[in-house]
Amino acid sequence: MDRDEIKSPVLLKAEGLGYQVDGQVLLSDINFEISTGERVAIFGPSGAGKSTLIRLLNRLDEPGSGTVYLDGQDYKEIPPRVLRRRLGMVMQQPNLFPGSVADNLRFGPTAQGESLDEARIKALLSGVDLKGFADRDVAKLSGGEAQRVNLARTLANKPEVLLLDEPTSSLDQAARREVEETILSVLDSGEVTCILVSHDRAQVQRVADRVLVLEGGKLIADSPVEEVLDAQSMD
Amino acid sequence: MLSQWIDNQILLGAAQAGITLVAALLVVAVTMRLKLGLKKDILVGLGRGLVQIVAVGFLLTLIFSADLWISIPIILVMIVTAGFITVQRIKSIPNALWISLAGISAGAGSVILVMTILGVIKQDLTSIIPIGSMMVYGAMNANALLLERFHSELASHAGQVEAGLALGAPPEQVVAPYARRAVTAAMIPRINGLQSLGIVWIPGAMSGMLLSGENPAYAGFYQFVVSGSIFVTVGITVLISIVLVRKQVFSKAEQLLIRAEEN
Repeated sequence: MDRDEIKSPVLLKAEGLGYQVDGQVLLSDINFEISTGERVAIFGPSGAGKSTLIRLLNRLDEPGSGTVYLDGQDYKEIPPRVLRRRLGMVMQQPNLFPGSVADNLRFGPTAQGESLDEARIKALLSGVDLKGFADRDVAKLSGGEAQRVNLARTLANKPEVLLLDEPTSSLDQAARREVEETILSVLDSGEVTCILVSHDRAQVQRVADRVLVLEGGKLIADSPVEEVLDAQSMD
Repeated sequence: MLSQWIDNQILLGAAQAGITLVAALLVVAVTMRLKLGLKKDILVGLGRGLVQIVAVGFLLTLIFSADLWISIPIILVMIVTAGFITVQRIKSIPNALWISLAGISAGAGSVILVMTILGVIKQDLTSIIPIGSMMVYGAMNANALLLERFHSELASHAGQVEAGLALGAPPEQVVAPYARRAVTAAMIPRINGLQSLGIVWIPGAMSGMLLSGENPAYAGFYQFVVSGSIFVTVGITVLISIVLVRKQVFSKAEQLLIRAEEN
């Protein structure tokens, strides 16, 4: 079934989103809607405000103006912890916590008073192609493995939307490919909606259906991936 | 030798201070020769130190003849000054002054009060003021160490803190490891002080008692009272301050307000 043909309700809506630090405008008047199941890339040159935007979506920073609606509800009315579990974020750096891989996977569920059973840990690790890694010390993982644990750790919270902030940019070429393939297989196997921040045009083409192009803190295009990337020279 | 020549105690003190100053100026001369760039700091330090401590000496001769209640405003002035001195170096923590004042007041204030009421600290100004000052000083240093360490831990682990927040964890859980490290860092000098008491150093209170001819065994007990009380003061101060500061580094929407260190 072609995902483009699915007419899903709006899951995430940014309305007049803006952000500034010390008088410097990093984002201004950002408006878009994302429907359930969509794979959207936020694309643009370095310094365009891509990471700033995804941090605002997770409410790790506070918008200076505007807001975001999740399922029609203003996200400022949703308790931050609940919001962040629903909009799971994978950062550029794995930032794993000291301990084992399983300890890291349990972190999110434990924080909300739930437990993560062995079967679920196995399933999560199998989903990111790290079978048998549960007891490994995270200090001994390669960069690619650590980033896949990071992805599984976020998925342990069963997010409705997966926010991926340049998830492969800190990795070498081989690990980059391996993490991207894992992301694609996770997206193909589930119902999760995905927003990917990337400055890698080829990656955007492989992962996303639709692209939001940012430049100088402004949204300059919002179109299907082939239209935008064919029309622009972003390399 | 000096005391054979000078009868007046104040003049004797001035002469002793003068000789110490000459020795300190020799150190200044050496630092100048080595081009350490410390001349101004040392000279200002020596000048301020001499003027402040002698002025306090004269002031205390007046204060010691006053009523006991005067100790309350004096200790309060010490606490407020300690709060201001602490935050000079820690400007990037929101409300650092109030946190410091609360921590130092709770630690030093409660221990001075309880120990004085129980009679562990003698209920006279010659005991309350110097011993109280040691507690405020201990609380000030511990509080400064705590805040500085907590801030630097958060700045260097901002990624992990935000990763924890992004996973929906409560801020206090996310910062717990860094809070523990900061408390440990603030307590270690005091723990070392207790362990080395009498072997590596004979602290001020006992030294003073020995100089004034007290029984050395009693001076030993009393030194433990002072050192132990400072330890309790420091413990209360850092616990109150860490509970307060870990809330201040987050916004209401549980966003980390400390910026990551630039690498």
